[in-house]
Amino acid sequence: MIAFESVTVRYDMVTALSDLTEDIGSGEWVGLIGPNGAGKTTLLRAVARLLPHEGEIRVDGVAVSSLSPKRLARLVAYVPQQPELPPDMTVGQYVLLGRTPHIAYFGFETGEDRSVCGELLGSLDLATMAERRLSTLSGGELQRLVLARALAQQAPVLLLDEPTSALDLGRRVEALELVDALRRERGLTVLSALHDLTLAGQFADRLILLGEGRAVSTGKPDEVLTEESLGRHFGASVRVMRSDVGDLIVIPQRVR
Amino acid sequence: MSTTLPRHEDAPVKARAVREEQLPALRPVSARGPVAVALGALLGAVLLGISMGPADLSFSAALRVLLSHVPLLHFHSGVSRIDSDILWQIRLPRVVLGGLVGAMLAGGGAAFQGVFRNPLADPYLLGVAAGAGLGATAVIVAGPRLTQLLPLAAFAGAVGAVTLTYVVGATVGRQGATVSIVLAGVAVAALLTAIQTFLQQQHAQDLQSVYAWILGSLTVSSWSDVVLILPYVAVSAAVLLAHRRLLDVLRVGEDEADSLGVRSSRVRITIVAAATLGTAAAVAVSGLIGFVGIIVPHTVRLTTNASYRVVVPVSMIGGAAFLILADVAARTVLAPSEIPIGVVTAFVGAPFFLFVLRSRRVGRST
Repeated sequence: MIAFESVTVRYDMVTALSDLTEDIGSGEWVGLIGPNGAGKTTLLRAVARLLPHEGEIRVDGVAVSSLSPKRLARLVAYVPQQPELPPDMTVGQYVLLGRTPHIAYFGFETGEDRSVCGELLGSLDLATMAERRLSTLSGGELQRLVLARALAQQAPVLLLDEPTSALDLGRRVEALELVDALRRERGLTVLSALHDLTLAGQFADRLILLGEGRAVSTGKPDEVLTEESLGRHFGASVRVMRSDVGDLIVIPQRVR
Repeated sequence: MSTTLPRHEDAPVKARAVREEQLPALRPVSARGPVAVALGALLGAVLLGISMGPADLSFSAALRVLLSHVPLLHFHSGVSRIDSDILWQIRLPRVVLGGLVGAMLAGGGAAFQGVFRNPLADPYLLGVAAGAGLGATAVIVAGPRLTQLLPLAAFAGAVGAVTLTYVVGATVGRQGATVSIVLAGVAVAALLTAIQTFLQQQHAQDLQSVYAWILGSLTVSSWSDVVLILPYVAVSAAVLLAHRRLLDVLRVGEDEADSLGVRSSRVRITIVAAATLGTAAAVAVSGLIGFVGIIVPHTVRLTTNASYRVVVPVSMIGGAAFLILADVAARTVLAPSEIPIGVVTAFVGAPFFLFVLRSRRVGRST
């Protein structure tokens, strides 16, 4: 669904991502992990074409550089780490923004657009909040709302940059659980940067460990989340254990 | 303290794969109610504007004169020729011009606040006022022979200043980045104001005329002024209204608007060009009337929902009503002499704005 072919991204003189080649299958959830500055956000922004890249990125077989912004937005929905949430916008108005790629330049949304959004709000437990202002929502509600806007694009690919960083422990699991349910229900391909390695291991089908702009390790979570590799690339002492149900647990450790 | 790692089976929120009942669609965003209220206010302002003045004319006489000019109606006003001329040739053009100027300043202000996502942005942000001021000053100090050219010079100065701001902003910063454009606007305005002040000091005898122009006035308005700016006002208003949905999309910032399939820098430059054209035309005939571009859109935002679909049209209508009323105050409070209208807008507008802010207790709004 997403193919990277020798993809390199440079900011002026700095190379933020170099020579990445990777294939992400349809319906797959691939987690991007790695220390700060490793290139996770850069990679996501390059797919959304918010940054120019060298090499080729293809979504559904088409090079993103050849698509109009509108067609790209119907293929790829991007949720940044800190979405802009205008405090006096209503929940309904915000979700409708997700329909933008389906509306003509001078056009306005149709009844169909509104029913798509109404249904999404319902399935994300936000149906009663359509008239509320964003400033009155909790962190968990805002997270679901941002997802609702992305889903309103009806794009088969969902790019999430640290979707849980602003949430408490319970809401984090909840949010990822929701993404998982949605991608199964809608057959979405998910590419997400994930900070929490334990949750990354439990939710993603595959992980890409980025270090200094390169993919240093790729594979199933138990292949990537090894004490040796994480310790080397994160520059910290890390223990990897298994819970009683067999999930991976990654714990940073104080060096004594 | 014991913490257990949650397993994902426990999470309470799940997407419902199957929905038995049809969920209701979202309600459409409607501007009808606020637009109707604003139109009512505008009608009241127009009637007040044409019936107030040194000659004593009643509300109903004003209304009858208006009706007598409606084509195909063949209505006879029964008002004397002199009174009818006062209304039609003196008061009405002034009211109409005030309305057009107010609509442009308020609509332009709303658009600039949307484009630059800054509640303090006003239509003068990118140098319109400084450019118009320089153009007008240059004509005034050149002597009375060129007075006819004043609106044109102010207009050219305003449009030239914003163009210069955009060119400078695009060369110094990341292409299309709003911050560098706003900063370039500050620099251009400072430079042009410096030149304008220099010209003014070199021609101290014209100080009063320059100053009077800067404070703004609708004193000498006629139908020809209305005709002069009408095309610019019409184009500007049409473009701004057509972009009201996209202004809402820009509220989530450049990156997210781009990722929603909008070419945000292109949309932004279109809106800025339209708003500049409209405000430049407005200041060309009225001088620099301040505050309207900030007070009116904010009042609309605080009293209705904040969508630009409502804010843009209602600001235009409300701005027209506001400036007509400000002009009524300007010419009646100290009659027979007039107060500069810019003084009235600031004097009335600032406390009113604070009152609205306070009564709604809304903090940020862009």
